[in-house]
Amino acid sequence: MVDGKAKSGPLLDIRNLRIEATVYPPGEVPRTITLVHDVSLTLEKGKVLGLIGESGAGKSTIGLSSMGYGRGGVRITGGEVILNGRDILKGGKEGLRKLRGREVCYVAQSAAAAFNPAHRLMDQVVEATLLHGTATRAEAEKRAVALFKKLSLPNPETIGERFPHQVSGGQLQRVMTAMALCSEPDLIVFDEPTTALDVTTQIDVLSAIKDAIRDTHVAALYITHDLAVVAQVSDEIMVLRHGRLVEWGGTRQIIKEPRQEYTNALVSVHEIEHQEQQPGTTPMLSVKNVTAAYGGGHIKVLKNVSVDIFPGQTLAVVGESGSGKSTLARAITGLLPPEQGSVVFDGRTLANRLADRSKEDLRQLQMIYQMADVAMNPRQTVGTIIGRPLEFYFGMKGRERDKRVAELLDEIEMGKGFIDRYPAELSGGQKQRVCIARSLAAKPKLIICDEVTSALDPLVAHGILKLLLNLQQIEKVAYLFITHDLATVKSIADSIAVMYRGEVVRYGPKSKVLTPPFDAYTDLLLSSVPEMEIGWLEKAIKGRRMESAGN
Amino acid sequence: MRAIRRIPLPSLTGLVLTALFVLAAIFAPLIAPHGNAEIVGDVWEPMSAAHWLGTDNLGRDLLSRMIYGARITLFIAVLATALSFSLGAILGFSAAVFGGWYDTILSRLVDLLMSIPTLIMGLVVLSVLPSNLVTLILVMGILDSTRVYRLSRAVAVDINVMDYVEAAKLRGEGSGWIIFREILPNALSPLVSELGLRFIYAVLFLSTLSFLGLGVQPPDADWGGMVKENKDGIVFGIPAALIPAAAIAALAISVNLVADWVLNRTTSLKGGRG
Repeated sequence: MVDGKAKSGPLLDIRNLRIEATVYPPGEVPRTITLVHDVSLTLEKGKVLGLIGESGAGKSTIGLSSMGYGRGGVRITGGEVILNGRDILKGGKEGLRKLRGREVCYVAQSAAAAFNPAHRLMDQVVEATLLHGTATRAEAEKRAVALFKKLSLPNPETIGERFPHQVSGGQLQRVMTAMALCSEPDLIVFDEPTTALDVTTQIDVLSAIKDAIRDTHVAALYITHDLAVVAQVSDEIMVLRHGRLVEWGGTRQIIKEPRQEYTNALVSVHEIEHQEQQPGTTPMLSVKNVTAAYGGGHIKVLKNVSVDIFPGQTLAVVGESGSGKSTLARAITGLLPPEQGSVVFDGRTLANRLADRSKEDLRQLQMIYQMADVAMNPRQTVGTIIGRPLEFYFGMKGRERDKRVAELLDEIEMGKGFIDRYPAELSGGQKQRVCIARSLAAKPKLIICDEVTSALDPLVAHGILKLLLNLQQIEKVAYLFITHDLATVKSIADSIAVMYRGEVVRYGPKSKVLTPPFDAYTDLLLSSVPEMEIGWLEKAIKGRRMESAGN
Repeated sequence: MRAIRRIPLPSLTGLVLTALFVLAAIFAPLIAPHGNAEIVGDVWEPMSAAHWLGTDNLGRDLLSRMIYGARITLFIAVLATALSFSLGAILGFSAAVFGGWYDTILSRLVDLLMSIPTLIMGLVVLSVLPSNLVTLILVMGILDSTRVYRLSRAVAVDINVMDYVEAAKLRGEGSGWIIFREILPNALSPLVSELGLRFIYAVLFLSTLSFLGLGVQPPDADWGGMVKENKDGIVFGIPAALIPAAAIAALAISVNLVADWVLNRTTSLKGGRG
């Protein structure tokens, strides 16, 4: 193959990498900002290096630089990227073209968005191999089928004939890994390959990736913000922050004996002290035998669901995607009127349809969304967003309203200076905080939190959870917490309902739900949550009693 | 001054030209050297110190007629566009928000209107109804609103499914707030760019109608009507018809330059603070 292979030394050697981008703020002089400050790394053949850090840490940017690629106007302005003994930055466009898809391959975060929906999977999987002429079509397809088998995809012989929309997200992610492996590269860059997946699916993909890496002796850069995940697959871990190196060491050292404070914070995330409260006598909201369906009653998504929420407590609803957790929220809020059953709130039965509910009922039930950036009108200022419920429910105007908005901003630990900002001027965590303030402004008795932390970095999510718990103490509000992240559940719930395919399979106080003996699904869910422990993955796979639904 | 200097040159040109047209239209009686229907010289006199743009087919001062023409042209086009936009946008947004029967009936009605060529429809309606400014504006506005309806419905359908609209519905907001406070500000960008185009279509449509004799009635004339009055002169090498034509073109370009500028200023989601 490439003559560099014969040489000894590391496969990939990045020296003093500096990456810059020019930003064009409207109405100001364009200026150059540095995204990556002189980062160096080396990677041996067949080893896996995990790059970890929060968003904006420069992990993807560094990962992509190993194939000489700068995303959206990003420029590599300094340093050397030495792959197989030659500096790829000096190879010019031709050199890069020869390298990409041949020596270095890339696995994107969202396989669903990265595949071309108009071509069959097989055509896309073998494309790079054929383009570089390393194999004939028949050989490449044979290789692809073998890879499908190795990645334990269903029907490996025929899955290549399908189109991307015909396979599930977890399977698509594995097909993309097969695509990267097909041209037998020396290095694969995995860019958050499991972040968008459910825990139960994540574990399948993770073990498939790990086996494939081991069997093909390929080296890999594994980019993620989940330390527990990276601990399973990588030999070494590099912690990054604001484009600078924080700590670099063996996996064991990083997770067991972190030397830097920031790494320590990452490792110890999710440990929130929360005393479980005993369920009271009268529930504030009880969902009674609710059945709901989409498409005129044909597709039942909720089957005979009953849960209770007590004043000032938190009920967590857990399950993988498609289990009906969000639909339960829609049924409670009246966005999707249930076919059977009822929702009783504070002793009175709520109208099924949103339009039939009184303003008072609406006020008592607020909702926080997963994607904070689309849950706020981008054309309204923070002041308007938080102030509107005050105006609408309590008729507050002018100075009185502004005073209350300032108080709420204080409660969510943001200053008064944010009142005139637009959502686009806030960070992800700040946006979610504003959404929390908006729902608190209505002084509700119950807030439905729909995956409120799953789009956030672990440290930021941690802050949001702590804030929610504090607010619960102050405002005595109850939460219905929808999530697929069991670590979150463990830290904040008082009672838990586990949902599987539209049914509640396990329900009760947290301590009871999380104590064995488990039913098969709860066991699967619990055992799928990555733990920050080397060798956890193998243990978890061995101990599984059922397959995930694979949604 | 600094604010003006920050406007890019094309937008500045557009702003100045548009402002000139508007000022001419507003202060027509003060600026125009002669009356609108006043015959002051020979037929098709060339440009001279007395008549800067020459005279028209009846010997009226062309400059004065251009200035009065600006008044009529802009007045009708502005009102017709305003009508088509308020009508089209409100109906389009409400169709998107309410959906169901309301949407179906409105959309099919609009399809029906659109299936008849605008010009033929306009000709038929205007030849039946009494020919005055009000009918002209109404006909132009309503016919044009079908296009705006289409656009605003399409834009609003996408916005209507956003989480922030759902959040507003969950709060119990009425349709008024949802249409005007949640959807309208986010739909403004495509609407403004369409506004520039639609305004020019209105000017051209008015010109076409006047050219065919169904628009503004003599002795008043919009610019399109003036092209018609003087078109025979072109054969004899007399440029009188080209001047109002050039004015239409200049107006078209400058209004769109302004619309582009407004668009650039308002697309920022950060309140233009950068």
